[in-house]
Amino acid sequence: MGLFEAILLSIITASTPLLLAASGELIAERAGVLNLGVEGMMLIGAVCGFAGAWATGSTAIGALCGIVAGVALAALFALAAIGLAINQVAAGLALTILGTGLAGLIGAPLVGENIAAAPHLWLPGLTDLPLIGKLLFGQDAFVYLAIGLMVGIAYVLARTRTGLILRAVGDDPASAHALGYNVAAVRTLAVLFGGGCAGLAGAYLTLAYTPFYAPGMTAGRGWIALALVVFASWRPGRLVAGAALFGAVSILQLHAQAFGLGVPSQLMSALPYLATVVVLVLISRIRRGGSVAPAALGTTFVPER
Amino acid sequence: MALVLERRSERSVAIALASPLLAIALTLVTMTVVFAALGQNPATALAVYFITPLTDGYSLQEIAVKASPLVMIAVGLALCYRANAWNIGAEGQLLIGAIAGSGLAVMTHGADPGPWLLPAMLLAGALAGAAYALIPALCKVKFGASEILVSLMLVYVAGLLLDYLVRGPWRDPAGFNFPTTAEFDSAATLPLLIAGSRVHAGLILTLVAVAAAAILLGRTLKGFEIRVVGTAPRAARFAGFNADRLVLTTFAISGALAGLAGLIEVAGPIGHLQPDISPGYGFTAIIVAFLGRLNPLGILASGLFVAMTFIGGEQAQIALKLPQDMTGVIQGILLFYVLACDSLILYRIRWRSLQRKALHGPL
Repeated sequence: MGLFEAILLSIITASTPLLLAASGELIAERAGVLNLGVEGMMLIGAVCGFAGAWATGSTAIGALCGIVAGVALAALFALAAIGLAINQVAAGLALTILGTGLAGLIGAPLVGENIAAAPHLWLPGLTDLPLIGKLLFGQDAFVYLAIGLMVGIAYVLARTRTGLILRAVGDDPASAHALGYNVAAVRTLAVLFGGGCAGLAGAYLTLAYTPFYAPGMTAGRGWIALALVVFASWRPGRLVAGAALFGAVSILQLHAQAFGLGVPSQLMSALPYLATVVVLVLISRIRRGGSVAPAALGTTFVPER
Repeated sequence: MALVLERRSERSVAIALASPLLAIALTLVTMTVVFAALGQNPATALAVYFITPLTDGYSLQEIAVKASPLVMIAVGLALCYRANAWNIGAEGQLLIGAIAGSGLAVMTHGADPGPWLLPAMLLAGALAGAAYALIPALCKVKFGASEILVSLMLVYVAGLLLDYLVRGPWRDPAGFNFPTTAEFDSAATLPLLIAGSRVHAGLILTLVAVAAAAILLGRTLKGFEIRVVGTAPRAARFAGFNADRLVLTTFAISGALAGLAGLIEVAGPIGHLQPDISPGYGFTAIIVAFLGRLNPLGILASGLFVAMTFIGGEQAQIALKLPQDMTGVIQGILLFYVLACDSLILYRIRWRSLQRKALHGPL
């Protein structure tokens, strides 16, 4: 296997959790809800996913546990930010603090345990093709799931009534409410979906990326996923490109260390975070004036009767 | 049945006063359930977290030492949040402040630079923290980039810079390869308030910061500006207040306080620079700020309370074998309840039967 192919493969692996978490957050934000708890939901997904797979030996059950854990935390956020109209920024921060603490509590006995990593697809003939074989036909189930999810989201948002209602609630909740839609219910469902995706993204880290659990192993990926949604200007298609770019930066860091460039390893480790800042500035600068964010993003909505 | 919020015609003063206490009471009830679920005796466990820290002199001193950075940072964050500017990277500003001030201590190590060293270190810490906080503020004002995400990303960068310095150029040559600088000279260390304890002069600076912020918010035009821009942005525009400049000002103040708090940690209780100088003070200060209802005097009280959970957490690790993360769980739950109770100041909750099926519109 050539180095080039190895790098491409590792970029896909590094991009998948970002893509999963960001696509869930994209749906929540299109409904007008800014959930800053992605990091917490990912971490709890990572630890619960690992616990599930460790107890049952099944990757699928592990993934399911991760999703359920993410949805549970998201439900707490929905109760606070939608049910009680709490400031979304503050509630999201609370969720990350709580999720990090809970994950540490649940994960403490699991540190040092091992599981079998998620199996990769194997199609005789196709997977053996040079260069593209492993890239297209040799990934684990999460990768295909993430891409399928992205296509589904793009279709639902652009082509279906469900997508139209979701966008209406995110752009103008007062009008959507006046038309008879239940803004709170739509937003809650969107937030729960986001939680499930974040949980799955976290589970990917422990089930496929590294088959073990370490405290704080999301290492800011939840926050990078949030930045990705801005980077993609809330469009699913651009999310794929963004995830690949961020994945590439984090992989570059590993390979640069292997090549032994005379650069401190800490500088290379800081690259994904610095890149996020640079990209945020560039993207926001280009779009200064004509904003493409959902119009009601981050605002609470309490109908006057 | 569904839960509906109904806007109150006036803010409820009674609930505004009672809400932090209600939040603490609800947290205690929830923790009782959590401890019971973990097979602990809830009464014993709660006592370890919330009563034992108050019963001996050593713990009381430790509460003061831990509350000092929390209160100092939270006071700055409260100014930001009141002005609707979301600085959540105080942890990074704390680290940068500690690094900048420590740089002076490391460079003058062994020499006798005179009495200006400590004031210069404090100043360097505050200035570096302010400068680091101005990065997200400028990105926000000049380019419209989210200050939340930028300030948070910079936390990771600051942590890696600190890690590089103490493992590389600043490492103590006589330190057996441990990632730490040499112990600071006595000229570079904060004096103690009580001999033989860990209670240091930084506490006084924290009290000064609380008083200054209380005066700024309550008695000056700048404070009025902060409150108007935060609560009524349109009115603020009509009044000619510049919201952009206020973002820069409040970020700079909160960054300076966080940087100062970081420097005080290394020049006070720790005494040298090492990779882990803060148990997440910059993040916990967010909870302290909200629990104190974004009011400097309230923050003084809430800082002491939250510091107590840190001390309780350390004791629970030994006495109950509960992991340190339990403290984070308690703090997270507390923040949720604080925010939920604050919502009751503006709204009252009613249960109403659903008249129509959810998600069904006329289209």
